[in-house]
Amino acid sequence: MAPQGEVKVLGAWPSPFVMRPRIALNLKSVEYEFVEENPGNKSELLLKSNPVYKKIPVLIHGDKPVCESLVIVQYIDEVWKDSTSILPSDPYDRAMARFWAAYVDDKMFPTMREIVAANEDEAKAAAVALFKEGLSLLEEALVKMSKGKKFFGGDEIGYMDIAFGCYISWFKVTEIVSNVKLFDESATPHLVAWIHSFSSHPAVKDVMPETDKLMEFAKNVVFPRIRAAAAAK
Amino acid sequence: MAKGDVKLLGTWASPFALRVEVALKLKSVDYEYLEENLRGGKSELLLKSNPVHKKVPVLLHGDRPVCESLIIVQYIDEVWTYGPSILPSDPYDRAIARFWAAFVEDKVYPSMRAIMTASHEEARAEAVAKFKEVLVLLEDAFVKSSKGKPFFGGDEVGYVDIAFGAFAGWFKVIEKAFNVELFDEATTPNLLAWVDAFLAHPAVKDITPSTDKLLEFAKNFLLPTMKAVAPASQ
Repeated sequence: MAPQGEVKVLGAWPSPFVMRPRIALNLKSVEYEFVEENPGNKSELLLKSNPVYKKIPVLIHGDKPVCESLVIVQYIDEVWKDSTSILPSDPYDRAMARFWAAYVDDKMFPTMREIVAANEDEAKAAAVALFKEGLSLLEEALVKMSKGKKFFGGDEIGYMDIAFGCYISWFKVTEIVSNVKLFDESATPHLVAWIHSFSSHPAVKDVMPETDKLMEFAKNVVFPRIRAAAAAK
Repeated sequence: MAKGDVKLLGTWASPFALRVEVALKLKSVDYEYLEENLRGGKSELLLKSNPVHKKVPVLLHGDRPVCESLIIVQYIDEVWTYGPSILPSDPYDRAIARFWAAFVEDKVYPSMRAIMTASHEEARAEAVAKFKEVLVLLEDAFVKSSKGKPFFGGDEVGYVDIAFGAFAGWFKVIEKAFNVELFDEATTPNLLAWVDAFLAHPAVKDITPSTDKLLEFAKNFLLPTMKAVAPASQ
């Protein structure tokens, strides 16, 4: 029985974190209103719904706000429980999914930023090497968790797919703008195949930003900001 | 899956290992505690069980390792389903609990580090003031989620109590070592009472190290180590 209450997602199209609840809602076939926020001019609703961080994404269910992308994904999984499960059912598999999702946020995204921020070849090479070390761990994790299927979640997209897959466009843009190759067939064949499967999944493809559009935004807005922040340290 | 052998790799002073112990005690789970020797270098078992981060705590259930303290606490809650629930049952309450646990993870340890490694009085006072802003937010969260009861979890210790309360011993150390008040009647009256309620809880009181022992440890080992790796921006 579907729980009552309208669903809104406050977000912005380039944000990988915003993709996460949208994919989860799509997987569960839940209708929602997407409210595009302008980070330079935050709405009253956003400030009221997330007073602690004032950040997107925010899910508003009825009139109750839920904040922090992975907290929102778990909430969606637990509320709309008659649909496909996002977290696995076995507690050990759940712990593994949570572990690797945390790893991606703690290590992979910051390392990507280091690649972007590096202003000389040595620093860039070091950051790329670190990133690739992380990828080889994730390749192993994918093999273990997928048990021969396409996704970390097995036959269907799961928690770890959502947590990691949301960064795909940003990784692509980093490769182009920083002129590096991060993913390759020989080192991480399963991840390369997974990128394609994830990106073309019906719950994902309409909310994944187009590489060209994202690249403009990255080059003009985000990457200069990342470099400025690194230079200020 | 048989609830077999349970081992916890930890270090006695670690608030992160304490989180796991409190969860195990709450559920009355029998476990073997294996102390990692901080000065002796990491054990083979630790390196094998947590190859990615090489850190404590690690829970070994049967021979399967679970890493990252809050992930372990959730695992414990989901495996040992008898005994008090650590996470609430309602999905919205669970989301709120997870939010505040993530907030604690984000803010508390870095704030404590800033206070402990501050190079002069002014910097320390600033670090304490910043931390108190964090505590005011947690005070508000406490009032909302406790609904008049002694813990974030209500009548019983819950997820946020464990996540945040694990630092309670260290809060006492900071207050004693630097002669500062972190919690006070004026700005955080509920948290002031909560710290002592948490430390007195049966699942906590026998495993929390004494303030004096932690203070010794801080002076002789932790602070010199922290200062050696403290980033220049502090």
